[in-house]
Amino acid sequence: MPALPDLFAQALNGLSYGVLLFLLSVGLTLIFGMLDVVNLAHGSFYMLGAYAGLTLIATTGNFWLALVAAPLVVGGIGAVIERSCLRPLYRRQPLDQVLLTFGLIYLFEDLVKWIWGGRIRSIPAPDLFSGSVTVLGATVPSYRLFVIVFGLGMAVAVWLLIERTRLGSIIRAGVFDAEMTGGMGVNIHRVFTGVFAFGAALGGLSGVIAGPIQSAYPPMGASILIPALIVVVVGGLGSLKGSLVGSLIIGQAETFGKAWLPGASMLMIYLVMAAIVLLRPQGLFGRPLK
Amino acid sequence: MLEVDGIHTYYGESHILHGVSLRVAAGEAVALLGRNGAGKTTMIRSIVGFTPPREGRIVFEGEPIQAWPPYRISRRGMALVPQGRRIFSPLSVRENLLLGARAAGWTLERVFALFPRLRERAEQSGGTLSGGEQQMLAIGRALLTNGRLLLLDEPSEGLAPILVREIGRVVKGLKGERLSILLVEQNYHLALRVADRVYVMNKGQIVYEGTPQSLEAAEEIKRRYLGVA
Ligand SMILES: Nc1ncnc2c1ncn2[C@@H]1O[C@H](COP(=O)(O)OP(=O)(O)O)[C@@H](O)[C@H]1O
Ligand SMILES: [Mg+2]
Repeated sequence: MPALPDLFAQALNGLSYGVLLFLLSVGLTLIFGMLDVVNLAHGSFYMLGAYAGLTLIATTGNFWLALVAAPLVVGGIGAVIERSCLRPLYRRQPLDQVLLTFGLIYLFEDLVKWIWGGRIRSIPAPDLFSGSVTVLGATVPSYRLFVIVFGLGMAVAVWLLIERTRLGSIIRAGVFDAEMTGGMGVNIHRVFTGVFAFGAALGGLSGVIAGPIQSAYPPMGASILIPALIVVVVGGLGSLKGSLVGSLIIGQAETFGKAWLPGASMLMIYLVMAAIVLLRPQGLFGRPLK
Repeated sequence: MLEVDGIHTYYGESHILHGVSLRVAAGEAVALLGRNGAGKTTMIRSIVGFTPPREGRIVFEGEPIQAWPPYRISRRGMALVPQGRRIFSPLSVRENLLLGARAAGWTLERVFALFPRLRERAEQSGGTLSGGEQQMLAIGRALLTNGRLLLLDEPSEGLAPILVREIGRVVKGLKGERLSILLVEQNYHLALRVADRVYVMNKGQIVYEGTPQSLEAAEEIKRRYLGVA
């Protein structure tokens, strides 16, 4: 039985990982709910966020600037991808979309290798959070606590935006019935682009704040994609609440899996997913499957 | 106001509408009748741009709109109450109503005055309403877009007789509010009560056009295409 402070430290690790997953899965679940597209390249936005952050921090020396600017850059890339590549495919079969977004993973990975090289690049934490603190007997890097607080703050902000604003009601309507939303006079294609860009930007944000924890390396996008997809399945497709709860569960599963079953941490995630999907095939907060 | 001129509409390869023409004049209420599967909903979907016709023209207040995206058609003044109501269940009643609200004329207050139940349920999610309340919501939502042509696709479907009469009364009252109406119905009696003119559709073609009185007298049409004796 590990000591309590160790368990606590691990739970905090799981929480910070869960927060990263949440920022990533919001875009994935909204894009899926609204556009019926599983964007396999969504992890690439995470990777691009980390690298954009790397360069911005290296050139300006200012983490906070990178935190704001890198997501904007990635959001812009997302908007271009949606307009140029995805839009022509909405009326096509899902397989075409899978192939396209799968191809984009390699495109972005090669692009990153070409610009930044293939080795791992570490990203410094901002000075303000470069130390560590002791909480309930556990020593925790203060940057992790920042990630947790910042991520939960973002979760609240995203929730308010989606649930409490007019723009949010348009997005929820579009997720529920895109055609009818268009029939009410909403330019639904513009909303698609906006939501895709917003999801990409949040994925990029996740990558920037992950940087000081995980460093930047080209396959990071592909490797976080699987847990993020699992979050969406566990939480329920198209559900924001599901994204949050799913992320926190999978974050803990991954972290405790790593500690208890070293070398097979993914197994823990798969077990959790299997258990939830067996009990609720539509995920925790998904609409019942027809 | 609306002129549909010889449209052909397809779902993929299946050819559903075979050269359908229909007009609605300003201030007029027109009913489109026909059995299940006749192509009435496809007609509505063609008009609002959900399933644009591959041939033919649709002219709305002087502009050909057959190639426009649905949002432009809606903003131009077409208000849709779709078959099956298609309420946004995760949105509150208020959010449903305000989603497409535009310009002046119909306001939230006026819709609440017309359907007091909706005021009581304003903060509830649309999915929790009963069938009749959802129909009121669908009508209120369409009115708030302040379109000048109201398209109603089977508003009485699945409702108890008392609610059918209520919907009939409301629709009849709306006519003349600077609003033209195209009403798709299987409920023959409701349609005749509301309409100035009627069309009957069968297998993707218009097979009869006339007034409610002339249709009442057209026994053969009623029997063959509407199943009313
Ligand atoms: N999405 C669709 N794909 C293929 N065929 C369809 C679709 N929707 C309707 N149809 C067919 O089009 C015909 C007309 O249907 P519809 O316009 O819904 O008739 P109505 O509204 O008069 O009952 C029917 O034969 C129906 O099976
Ligand atoms: Mg129909």
